[in-house]
Amino acid sequence: MSMIPLSYWLILAAILFCISVAGIFINRKNLIILLMAIELMLLSVNMNFIAFSRYLDDMAGQVFVFFILTVAAAEAAIGLAILVVVFRNRRTINVAELDTMRG
Amino acid sequence: MNYELILFFALSTLLVLAAGAVVTVRNPVHAAMCLVLTFFTSAMLWILLRAEFLGITLILVYVGAVMVLFLFVVMMLDINVAPMREGFARYLPVGIVVAVIMAAQMVAVLGSRHFGFDNFAAPAAVVEGSNTEALGRLLYTEYVYPFEIAGVILLVAIVAAIALTHRRREGLKTQDINKQTQVRKGDRLRVIKMASESKDGHGA
Repeated sequence: MSMIPLSYWLILAAILFCISVAGIFINRKNLIILLMAIELMLLSVNMNFIAFSRYLDDMAGQVFVFFILTVAAAEAAIGLAILVVVFRNRRTINVAELDTMRG
Repeated sequence: MNYELILFFALSTLLVLAAGAVVTVRNPVHAAMCLVLTFFTSAMLWILLRAEFLGITLILVYVGAVMVLFLFVVMMLDINVAPMREGFARYLPVGIVVAVIMAAQMVAVLGSRHFGFDNFAAPAAVVEGSNTEALGRLLYTEYVYPFEIAGVILLVAIVAAIALTHRRREGLKTQDINKQTQVRKGDRLRVIKMASESKDGHGA
């Protein structure tokens, strides 16, 4: 029998989520760190899914994590591509300087 | 304290420290490296939860592909970090306050009272059969339609990433198949009339 209660896993994921929320607050000027914080958030959500999947003995949670990983990889690829295009056009990725919209 | 519990606490501590380092270090390359450590540690935690396939997928896909992409972009862009740190000290207190309040709320709800062993019985230590096989069996039968859609999403992501970053440069020498197939003998070969020459180079 496993000695770890489900609440430990949920609290760990909650702490991870809070760290990434704080990261979005304190790094609001740096787009790359913002993307990394979003990846951390997705990781904490995935950890909840897997913990529930184990404690409820239901594989559907792991299937869901599989799809989240797929979408997160696609999101990271497109996000970084947009970042590269922004840097190429404006020579900066500082959010404070990206305040002009052009149609 | 059995081995699993000790392992859980050790890995959780490492995970939280690495995640904290991701959002606080100055250099984006160091942040990416700390993110690699975060992903690796959580892969170990997932394997502790008997989700071997997803743990190894996390290492292969995230550490192997996504983080390399991050490092690539960080190193390719010539980023001046100093101006992006100026709001750091200003937003640090409010960030910490919000994070602590959120954590306290979630811990209050997710504590052992509602999610302890009383409500969720401890699962068996040994899981019958292979995790990969069980996941594959489910993925290719019940979830085959979402699986196909996931493939389409990846295809769209590839096309979008290439279309966004691709740029046409001037002065490149590339093949034009249309011109190549339309070429005629007269465009390449020119027959000229001239007097024949002898061996010693002087005209006959």
